[in-house]
Amino acid sequence: MTPNGWLQILLFFGILLVTTKPLGVYMARVLERERTLADRLFNPIERLLYRITGIDDSHEMRWTEYAAAMLLFSVTTMLLTYVLQRIQGILPWNPQHLGKVAPDLAFNTAASFTSNTNWQAYIPESTMSYLTQMLGLATHNFWSAAVGIAIAVALIRGIARKESTTIGNFWVDLTRAITRILLPFCVVFGLILVSQGVVQNLKPYDTVKVLEPQKIITTGSNGKQTTQIVADQTIAQGPTASQEVIKMLGTNGGGFFNANSAHPFENPTPLSNLIEMLLIFCIPAALTATLGKMTGTPRHGWAVFAAMSVLFFAGVLISYSSESQSNPLLHGVNQQITLTQPGGNMEGKEVRFGIANSALFATATTDASCGAVNSMHDSFMPLGGLVPLINIMLGEVVFGGVGAGIYGMLIMVVLTVFIAGLMVGRTPEYLGKKIEAYDVKMAMLYVLIFPLSILVFTAIAALSPNYGLSSLNNAGPHGLTEMLYAFTSATGNNGSAFAGLNANTHFYNLALGFAMLIGRFLMIVPMLAIAGNLATKKLVPPSSGTFPVTTPLFTTLLIGVILIVGALTFFPVLSLGPVLEHLLLHAGKMF
Amino acid sequence: MRRNIITSFLYTAVTGILLGVLYPLLMTGLAQVFFHDKANGQLVTRNGVLIGSRIIGQNFTGADYFHGRPSAAGANGYDAAASGGSNYGPTNKKYIDRVEADVTTLQKENPGTSVPVDLITTSGSGLDPDITPAAAYFQVARVATARGIPVEQVRGLVAKHAIPRQFGLLGESRVNVLELNLALDKISEQISHY
Repeated sequence: MTPNGWLQILLFFGILLVTTKPLGVYMARVLERERTLADRLFNPIERLLYRITGIDDSHEMRWTEYAAAMLLFSVTTMLLTYVLQRIQGILPWNPQHLGKVAPDLAFNTAASFTSNTNWQAYIPESTMSYLTQMLGLATHNFWSAAVGIAIAVALIRGIARKESTTIGNFWVDLTRAITRILLPFCVVFGLILVSQGVVQNLKPYDTVKVLEPQKIITTGSNGKQTTQIVADQTIAQGPTASQEVIKMLGTNGGGFFNANSAHPFENPTPLSNLIEMLLIFCIPAALTATLGKMTGTPRHGWAVFAAMSVLFFAGVLISYSSESQSNPLLHGVNQQITLTQPGGNMEGKEVRFGIANSALFATATTDASCGAVNSMHDSFMPLGGLVPLINIMLGEVVFGGVGAGIYGMLIMVVLTVFIAGLMVGRTPEYLGKKIEAYDVKMAMLYVLIFPLSILVFTAIAALSPNYGLSSLNNAGPHGLTEMLYAFTSATGNNGSAFAGLNANTHFYNLALGFAMLIGRFLMIVPMLAIAGNLATKKLVPPSSGTFPVTTPLFTTLLIGVILIVGALTFFPVLSLGPVLEHLLLHAGKMF
Repeated sequence: MRRNIITSFLYTAVTGILLGVLYPLLMTGLAQVFFHDKANGQLVTRNGVLIGSRIIGQNFTGADYFHGRPSAAGANGYDAAASGGSNYGPTNKKYIDRVEADVTTLQKENPGTSVPVDLITTSGSGLDPDITPAAAYFQVARVATARGIPVEQVRGLVAKHAIPRQFGLLGESRVNVLELNLALDKISEQISHY
């Protein structure tokens, strides 16, 4: 680790800290339909949209209707993406003439982008046409992020409203999140990314004559040698920046290219890297301020922010220090920090980012449900790779996904006040609402579906040599981690991977596809049930026995609950994966 | 319920066109007007021939060129239509064996010196255009001998091409291999003219 590395990490966090309040307050005003200066621009556009699509914007929905509208919309958009992939061969904007996508892969990809996961079992450069990327995939980056924001604000309304049967209008929340938050950001920051070198064009791939043609000698199966001169390089192009910016801002993470944000055309400079990392965190962090504003308790928002920050720094510290270390199995290699190199574990990392920015990116992308990568997590040191895995296992509540982070965190908050209530023997209250059996049952449903999906699917994969194990790229404990990571990432709707795993098989496409849908929709429904139930409750005035949710004590308890719920559930399997690999690596064992 | 079903379809169609067609076209238009070179991939031409992108690495294996990092992109490396890393874990025997073979080759150039780590590890993209200054200095003696240029001149060229941290703070300092090799070719050309 270097002082410069930490300076970059602190700069990143400092900017995040400064933007949290203004952005959070702006989002609260937008979603609560308060007057803003931008009304004159956006009101006519939104009114037109409501009229064409038959939305009554004054209609308020009960939680059941809200959930139904959300599910209907998700099914419709998922169908669109499935169909687009199947017929892309006959559609325009396909300069490489790519054919239709196989049914299992098309299902997996449609589930992936609908659920905000952006798991990619395909190689974009050779699978998806420009039209599919723009209309089938990048649109989902907007939609699924806006759904996340809508759900989060519905839950916050449930907490803030009293004796109300409704929690808002899904279509209105969705629309305002798109037109007033996501889209304007994307135009501005998309162009800034282009200025750094992210490509944005619709031309066919370029073919260039390389400086030094290569003689490639291959030995065929009959032992005969053939010599081939490679003088060309084909360079994939495309409308990248417009997708890149929403991929980060919406915590989606699906790369335009296979190498994702490690690709020089997606993430060309250290500045573009900093911007991309900030785009991941800015909305999730700001939603803590939105929570504070809408419930009238800004200090509660900051208490939640503080818990997130502590867990964020813990992750960065472990990740950065692990990746800075030398791999003891390599000999004759200079892995030290010197004036002319950052040293450390450079397999799967880019020189322009080095160790600090790779470790920071890996932590941020899994704290949130983003899943974009600027380095290959599969090649991280055992404990360095453990950090992204645990981050997802904790439920991606450390800032978390757009919307998903704050509502996941609020489930943890409900559990925290419940446990605190049990400890002192009082009915737990949260911001004046009594937390009762129904709420805790729904919260537990949310908490239990998650490990159930991950562990059951991983166990099935680990027990099936022909379906699960045959896709592994690494043997030994690292192989187990590859499978565990895949199902954790899918259920957590993260989308990053230990990418050595060959996931484009019938088994993985289907199993991971279902894991993603479970992790998104089976978890949102109980969450909306809590929102609906909380909204109906009376407000109880705070008394001396009320457990305050604005203090460091609350923050500490919240961190404790997150760690206990997350870490204890997964400790056994983690000890067989990354922890065992760490011990064996230092015993000099390889696989 | 029926109303929400109809709205779902209409909403998908209308916002699909807005976000999936109009928005990327707007961005393409703006990018092409204001950042033409960047938006098209910073392509480099020499003597009228397109020879690469400034920010996409290429294979170099000859003694007279600086080499980039090993690459896992495509079957032969640096396939810019199939980006990706090796995804080898730190205890993978194939990884350790690959490194060992590369170290043996590279140490013939500089006996007794340990090899800078980026020169024997693949990047995440397989298209990393850069190496660390340490990796460039490591190759100076070989390149100078192969080209018949004084070592000091090649060393100076590397120093000139070292890109510092952005704003003196962000990222890591690096050397762009393609640009360095183009500069080398220019020097050799000038010498042969005399």
